[in-house]
Amino acid sequence: MESARKPWNRALEFLIERAIFFAGIISIFFVILIFVFLLKEGVSLLKTYPLKDFIFGQKWYPISEPPSFGVVPLLLGSLAVTMGAIVIAVPLGMGAAIYIAVVAPGWLKEILKATVEFLAAIPSIVLGFIGLVTLVPLVKQVFHLTTGLTAISGSIMLAFMAMPTIVSMMEDALTAVPRSYREGAIAMGATKWQMIWRVLLPAASSGMLAAIMLGIGRVIGETMAVLMITGNAARIPTSLFQPVRTMTATIAAEMGEAVQGSDHYFALFAIGIVLFIITFLINLAAGFFIGRAHHK
Amino acid sequence: MTNDIVIDVRDYNLYYGDFHALLDVNLSIKKKSVTAIIGPSGCGKSTLLRGLNRMNDLIDQVRVTGEIFIEGKPIYAEKRDLVELRKKVGMVFQRPNPFPLSVYENVAFGLRLHSHLSKEEVAQKVEESLKAVALWKELKDKLKAPALRLSGEQQQRLCIARLAAMSADIFLMDEPCSALDPVATQHIEELIRVLKEDYTIVIVTHNMAQAARVSDETAYFYLGKLIEMGPTDQIFTRPARKETEDYITGRFG
Ligand SMILES: Nc1ncnc2c1ncn2[C@@H]1O[C@H](COP(=O)(O)OP(=O)(O)OP(=O)(O)O)[C@@H](O)[C@H]1O
Ligand SMILES: [Mg+2]
Repeated sequence: MESARKPWNRALEFLIERAIFFAGIISIFFVILIFVFLLKEGVSLLKTYPLKDFIFGQKWYPISEPPSFGVVPLLLGSLAVTMGAIVIAVPLGMGAAIYIAVVAPGWLKEILKATVEFLAAIPSIVLGFIGLVTLVPLVKQVFHLTTGLTAISGSIMLAFMAMPTIVSMMEDALTAVPRSYREGAIAMGATKWQMIWRVLLPAASSGMLAAIMLGIGRVIGETMAVLMITGNAARIPTSLFQPVRTMTATIAAEMGEAVQGSDHYFALFAIGIVLFIITFLINLAAGFFIGRAHHK
Repeated sequence: MTNDIVIDVRDYNLYYGDFHALLDVNLSIKKKSVTAIIGPSGCGKSTLLRGLNRMNDLIDQVRVTGEIFIEGKPIYAEKRDLVELRKKVGMVFQRPNPFPLSVYENVAFGLRLHSHLSKEEVAQKVEESLKAVALWKELKDKLKAPALRLSGEQQQRLCIARLAAMSADIFLMDEPCSALDPVATQHIEELIRVLKEDYTIVIVTHNMAQAARVSDETAYFYLGKLIEMGPTDQIFTRPARKETEDYITGRFG
């Protein structure tokens, strides 16, 4: 009986192995395909438009005559909104993660974790919409601005979107710290906060940095919400209280109207490459920190 | 009761929820002595040990009656300062658990928590404490190295050094050698004999030979009750109770 089933098992195993291998290859293949396409379209811009003017150009006037495709205002727009979001999300997320991981009693812990996951489940367009009708007027009123469609509104909104990633990853990092470190510190007369500050946070630092990186990655690639609430003015921002336009929002807003094969069309792909490189580097950094966390 | 009793456990009961883990325990421990706590798995050895510096407080639903006096002061008294208690009564765990910090910072940890010493004074204390556990020679050039890279024995010594540095004078050791090899175990036992000159040590062990080698007094627990306590040579050669004899000679169960 046993031996009669063996050839079957082996064949099945062979098939499963192949299927997994195939799935892996396919996904790599698609990634390469997408990258090649992005590169080909983006680089086509350089046939007619100098690279220097794209990278250092301070004006994004895609439909004036002659057009300028300077990426600087869009890049700075993205950076402003992202940095703002991170400055808001990291301390809040860290506080929440510490609270969930070590302070909250068991029942509350589960409720909070579920809430954070619920936040992650809200589609970004819905959050953007809610932001538009609630946050934007509030920002306008609180800061006495002529419009609430500003970088800061985008930052606040995106902070909410980055929060689930940051909180749940940081919470994992904190929970992964061996109990024995915590007990050791408490047994030496450390208070809970001393234990957190002197043992828990240093021990979890790699994982927490990875969480921040992935949070940034989440924020910088976000499109719909920023398109709706940051005001979409492709100017170099000097403060967070101005309308800005991010790279993602530019692509989303202009791809529909750009004539396929035109310089404008290629310029949007070139932005895509910039975005790709940034996200790639961020993920690389996150991977590095995660690797270090597992190494400890 | 004489002055050299440092730990005095009186009618001590501990419950984990409904489970009665320690029953009316009464015992006293002399200053600068080594007391071994022995008994079968689950008899409450760790529970008692963790009671002595109130580490059981961290567990939900723990209830305690009776009292433990450390240097004459009741530790379950209201308003008892736990920080002060745990500074005095240090704990060495079964698995060495140095913090993921440098060797130096591990030893200095308690000083950073509880004192405002100058840099030089901290360095001085660190050196003294590492010398006290015979680690100074090996590690004086590796003070910046991560403690987690040390061998198991070195880590366990380091965990003792960090207690010595904050001037703890009672060491609770819960099976401190069970994660170590025989040679390292022998070294730690030698260290315990040296430390006894200055410190009071309570050690939980499953190793009868170890208890016989290192301790002055032995307490045998069974099912949460203290069955018998007395000078180690007496407990091991002519115990008063048959249960004790059965356990020690391996005829248990
Ligand atoms: N946190 C806890 N919650 C509930 N019951 C517990 C808890 N910790 C220990 N117990 C129970 O209390 C009893 C004594 O446990 P304890 O850990 O003190 O035993 P021990 O003598 O140290 O055993 P071992 O030799 O295996 O370490 C055991 O029956 C155990 O199941
Ligand atoms: Mg135990």
